[in-house]
Amino acid sequence: MASTADHADHADHAGDAGHAHHEPGFVKKYLWSTDHKMIAMQYLFTGMVMALIGGYFAYAFRMQMAFPGQHVPGFGFMAPGEYNGLVTSHGTIMIFWVAMPVLLAAFGNFLIPLMIGCDDMVFPRLNRLSYQIFLISAVVLVASFFVHGGPFGGAWTAYPPLSAKAEYNLTPLGATLWLVAVALEFVAFLLGGINFVTTAMNARAPGMRMWDIPIVIWMIVLASIMFMASVGPLVAGAAMLLFDQTLGTAFYDPARGGDPILWQHLFWFFGHPEVYVVLLPALGIVAEVMTVFARKKLFAYKTVLYTAIATGILGFFVWAHHQFIAGIDPRMANVFTVTTVLISVPIGEMCFVYIATLYGGSIRLTTPMLWALAFLAEFLIGGVTGIFLGASGSDIYLHDTYFVLAHFHYTFFPIAIIAVFAGITYWYPKMFGRMLNETLGKIHFWITIVGFNMAFIPLFICGAAGDHRRIYDYSSFPDLAKPYLQNLRILATVGTIVILFGQIFFLINFFRSLRGGPVAGPNPWRANTLEWTVPSPPPHGNFAVMPTVYRGPYEYSVPGREEDFWPQNLPD
Amino acid sequence: MSAASEAVAPAAPSAAPGPPRSEERRRTGVPHAVMGTLIFIVTELMVFAGMVSAFNIVKSRSPAEWWPPPTQPRLPVEATAVNTGVLLLSGVVMFLAARAWSKDPARGVRLLRVAVGLGATFVIVQGTEWYLLIEQGLSMTVSAHSAFFCLIIGCHALHAIGALVALVWVLRRMGRGVATQGQFQAAQAFWYFVVGVWPILYARVYLL
Repeated sequence: MASTADHADHADHAGDAGHAHHEPGFVKKYLWSTDHKMIAMQYLFTGMVMALIGGYFAYAFRMQMAFPGQHVPGFGFMAPGEYNGLVTSHGTIMIFWVAMPVLLAAFGNFLIPLMIGCDDMVFPRLNRLSYQIFLISAVVLVASFFVHGGPFGGAWTAYPPLSAKAEYNLTPLGATLWLVAVALEFVAFLLGGINFVTTAMNARAPGMRMWDIPIVIWMIVLASIMFMASVGPLVAGAAMLLFDQTLGTAFYDPARGGDPILWQHLFWFFGHPEVYVVLLPALGIVAEVMTVFARKKLFAYKTVLYTAIATGILGFFVWAHHQFIAGIDPRMANVFTVTTVLISVPIGEMCFVYIATLYGGSIRLTTPMLWALAFLAEFLIGGVTGIFLGASGSDIYLHDTYFVLAHFHYTFFPIAIIAVFAGITYWYPKMFGRMLNETLGKIHFWITIVGFNMAFIPLFICGAAGDHRRIYDYSSFPDLAKPYLQNLRILATVGTIVILFGQIFFLINFFRSLRGGPVAGPNPWRANTLEWTVPSPPPHGNFAVMPTVYRGPYEYSVPGREEDFWPQNLPD
Repeated sequence: MSAASEAVAPAAPSAAPGPPRSEERRRTGVPHAVMGTLIFIVTELMVFAGMVSAFNIVKSRSPAEWWPPPTQPRLPVEATAVNTGVLLLSGVVMFLAARAWSKDPARGVRLLRVAVGLGATFVIVQGTEWYLLIEQGLSMTVSAHSAFFCLIIGCHALHAIGALVALVWVLRRMGRGVATQGQFQAAQAFWYFVVGVWPILYARVYLL
């Protein structure tokens, strides 16, 4: 289908031969494009805008936590219902409208055809449709902030009966719009995922065998497969929830024969693999960055791949660790404790493999490399604290406290922010043809990392002290309103503001370098993979001559070669 | 892979078995449309798996005499059994149509028309049954049993209609002589999915 669309395109050009070069109009070029690079940019920029909205929400509710009941500059006074709406929207946006579109859709769209040596996705029009549906879903979600009753406030996990009945959540329209938006978003990623897997399996350059595919492509493909295999039950569950909300069915209403825990199973059967859906592409990005800036072959390519597959399979058998106190059978809790602890083995192995890749390399501490190293360090904290929550014994105490919150921010922030910045700073020259400013990049890096740890280390302590996640104002809880805890909350809020402040440097750097940065040239990092063999930014159709692949993607510092890199498409 | 083997043979990558890479061609194992459809079917299977497990959980928690509730109409088990036969037959005819099409396109098109007709019969009979049941008071809101019946069987009906639309589209393209093997196979694969998942749903919702 790719070739059909391209041929049609070329036919148009041929027909226009008499005229000057046919330049597509604004709409055709930026809004209605089937070019995978443009669709990647659309996803990236939508994700960035949504990240700013989500960040603003975080600022607003963190101010409420630090200074309860006071006027929040730039927001105003916050009512309890508004607080719930902001927390819910923050979670929903950051996972479904930032992490997924940027890690999977933006990087997937940009990298897959370029890295496997292909002119476009195999279903370019499906790809365009995918972004359009995604955009509609974002609009629906944003619209839910302005309807009567405000946005949905039942947390991003949307447990019934709170989410099912308007008399409990008080946001009749917000809850339905939330569900519609999430459903549309799933459709978008389903189309995208079909495209990613089919393209990577069917359209690789001649000579690119299974073990020559860059790890990041493997990771995106595995993540897409995981997403598509896990989303089904949630789609079924979401349809049932929508019927409960709008038609008055009783799927989740225990009084009328339904079962509210059912939703938790259907949701987390998707929700936990979802963590790995975003984690795997992040690990892939880090692998690409680390090998290039350590000038070293990726340690144990196949082990990384098998480990990722093991993670993907195990990821389907851990979901009930989110439900240890939901009234599930304790014997079942034991089973899920074991699987949860098991899944830390492949992830731990992955960390060791990356450290082994760094060992003995000639490391260049560029901005992308700093982000990649930070990913490893910060994600490790997230992973290790996860063990406490995966073990049902300690989880019963820690459940729904700020410890959980700090834990998953230590996993999701490295994934959705740190690894994404590693990816953006690394591929920016390829995306826009210009280099980013290293000084601004490093300022941005350090402010973000310091702010991040400042924001979330205190929350571990708060959580261990018993801070419950969903409380709007601790003043009426004498045990939790002690000054030392309140000071930690203020520290966390300051950290949040520091993170947000740091992003100003990124935005300045990003937009200034679009025009003012030094011209990058095709291969500024001296990397091996195929995207670096084409001009930056790559032209429509990517490759002037379709490449043939002769070796794996990580042949750095090969003994006996003059250059310390060996591009995949060089015949010798 | 290890550092040792790399030191021994720096040019290891090109020493892999098989023809030289410069002579390799872009490999497309199955047509894009078929591959895309197969991946989509995996997701769809999981949607139905989710609904059936939800059905299992809710049913296992409710007393047997309340499944279905005494005041509710019973499901037409025998008529649906016959209708299931019609759908399975449609799947078999589809298989024959696919085999015939590559050798004798006219015969393939005829068989495909039969398969689509059988499929449409299934949908129409199911739809009539469903309409009668709703008329007798089996709507989504009256009990968990009826809610699941409408959800699962209705979802399958939507898939059957979607697959039939795709098959009719392929038929029209065949009439104009522009249908590709990939398009036919993709629509076929989706129809096999619709046919294959039905006996499981029938057994679960109607029988057990």
